[in-house]
Amino acid sequence: MKVREIVKKYKGKRENLLQILHEIQDLDAQNYISQENIFILSEIMNIPVSDITGTASFYSMFSFQPRGKYIIRVCASPPCHIMGAETIFEAISKELKINKGETTSDGLFTLEETSCLGICAVAPAIMINDTVYGYLTAERIKEIIAQIREEEGK
Amino acid sequence: MNDRSIAQILVGIDSNTVLSGARQIKTKLITELSRQGLSEEVKVIETGSIGPTNQGVVLGVFPGGELYANITEDEVEEFIQERFVKGRTYKKRLLAETLPEELRLQEYDSRKTQYYGRIVLDNCGRINPEDITEYIGVGGYEALGYVLKEKSPQEIISIVQDSGLRGRGGAGFPTGLKWSFTFREKRYPKYVICNADEGEPGTFKDRLIMEGDPHKIIEAMAIAGYAVEAETGYIYIRGEYKLSLERLQKAIAQAKEMGFLGNNIFGSDFNFDLQLKIGAGSYVCGEETALLSSLEGYRGEPRLKPPYPAQYGLKQQPTLINNVETLANIPAIILNGSQWFRHFGTENMPGTKVYTVLGHINRPGLIEVPIGITLREIIYDYAGGISSGKFKMAQIGGTAGDILPEQLLDVPLECQSLQELGHNLGSGALLIMNGTVSVADFLRSCMKFFVHESCGKCSVCRIGTSYLYEACDRLNRKEGYVDELKNMKDIATTLKLTAFCPLGQSVAQPVLSALKYFEEELKEGSNPNKKGKLPTREKSEGVFYYS
Repeated sequence: MKVREIVKKYKGKRENLLQILHEIQDLDAQNYISQENIFILSEIMNIPVSDITGTASFYSMFSFQPRGKYIIRVCASPPCHIMGAETIFEAISKELKINKGETTSDGLFTLEETSCLGICAVAPAIMINDTVYGYLTAERIKEIIAQIREEEGK
Repeated sequence: MNDRSIAQILVGIDSNTVLSGARQIKTKLITELSRQGLSEEVKVIETGSIGPTNQGVVLGVFPGGELYANITEDEVEEFIQERFVKGRTYKKRLLAETLPEELRLQEYDSRKTQYYGRIVLDNCGRINPEDITEYIGVGGYEALGYVLKEKSPQEIISIVQDSGLRGRGGAGFPTGLKWSFTFREKRYPKYVICNADEGEPGTFKDRLIMEGDPHKIIEAMAIAGYAVEAETGYIYIRGEYKLSLERLQKAIAQAKEMGFLGNNIFGSDFNFDLQLKIGAGSYVCGEETALLSSLEGYRGEPRLKPPYPAQYGLKQQPTLINNVETLANIPAIILNGSQWFRHFGTENMPGTKVYTVLGHINRPGLIEVPIGITLREIIYDYAGGISSGKFKMAQIGGTAGDILPEQLLDVPLECQSLQELGHNLGSGALLIMNGTVSVADFLRSCMKFFVHESCGKCSVCRIGTSYLYEACDRLNRKEGYVDELKNMKDIATTLKLTAFCPLGQSVAQPVLSALKYFEEELKEGSNPNKKGKLPTREKSEGVFYYS
């Protein structure tokens, strides 16, 4: 099974737990760490389920809920805030008809808030999966979402 | 190398320019050059941030050094025709004729001091970060070779101590002293860690250093490893920094191939191995003991100090932890000597500092300036002034930093003079705000960040941040309680005095400084008729309860 291979790659060491969790999440089609995978991981690495869950839940990049194919992370830190990040968040929320932490019914988008992305020079900024978008306006949001929808043929 | 090119186009590729399509421009340049039969003569080189960050894709052309900004894909053909076929500058997008004089945002004004220039960012935007030979070409790995052949660990430590270098991560602890603590411990293995978990909102200097000059960090870590007798190094980097991660991975592979990492470096008996560790989204992991917990694969919660990491760090072994920018100073100090380094900056805090200047200013971006210049100089000389309206306040050092009013614009940005006022220099973020920003709303946004990032280990921070957020929210809605400001001051002071780690303690900085300088404005948020649910206070025990 996939999890076993990943653990083997990192020699089953506890110090590599975060890297292992990252890979498990990235390989999952729904971008999350499933309960099932945590159980498997617990057995292979001989770490209690509670310990793994406790560690993973500490970090905001890990999710225990299935997420969309595109994860939209809106920067909510002060440098983006003073440049109008809240209106950006509302625009996305309105466009996709979802709230913070929710996924669209077609399983395409998940909306999240994030701490500083380190691209404050182009504030307000968002990150969709690994791609960064800056200098955003409500109109630009519509374009970006429309473009992704088009690529996905929906 | 059989490079026969007579001209080079440098394309600044970093997380900011990628947004404007820098990669597409680079591809277009290459295809267009080959279409016009110029591939042999003109080479396209990818480099880190060149400097200006709100100018779209920035190109530098050498020899000559003109800078072009805001180039679009459609203009590439015309640009190549004009510049390389007809041999004249492409006026339409010309930003500056030469690199240093015009771009004061990058280079320190030579009129003010005879020692100017960059130490940390000297190679950023000038070399290709993905090619180790370019780094070697500008003197890279020379410092490492020199110390391995000529210097003992004690000698290196005394050079660093004499230079007066202080940690650039925020706390400003003397670096040489830190090294000597780790050196003094005689339990092996020891570890060297580079703290690249740059989570402070508004700070992205470390990211641009890693993206623009990754080999410098590797070299500095190897020197640090030799100095404290460690053979293993870790770079703990934020999970969000994909480009830095890629470039560091490439750089480490190249350094291993060339023998700058691995066994018997430069024919000495020094071995050093370097690994990358990726974080997963946690602000508190920038605190050194929390970083250690995270590196070991646990929840990133801070540990009690003492014992300090120098004695019991990673896996309970002696460990040295330095910030990216601190390390980036090391090779230059070794090569030029500690006296040279003291020419920059102030007596108490020599050297330069990399700032990220943001907010309502004309030229947001990255600058490296000698320590001790004032906020006014930075805003008006380097950042092109306030973009709209009038200066109202600036937050220095990120979200955990102090909010300074206009009357403090002329205070030198340097530890000692700031500490006399009760402030800290912090991480290097300078967020400049004009009159459109309300203090209560801004504070609310800062507190929202801390509510999310408080790790939950100590109750003072967990509850205190929530209370402060709610208080700021009430003030922002003009529904604050009568004694709201007093309560906020009490809670912020409690946090400062009793929180477990520096993160919790630093939450007080923005609150207390805002209360000090903007009390009148904040008071307007209190509703005199509103006496609501207050935190119950048991005075006799001096303990706060929040209900």
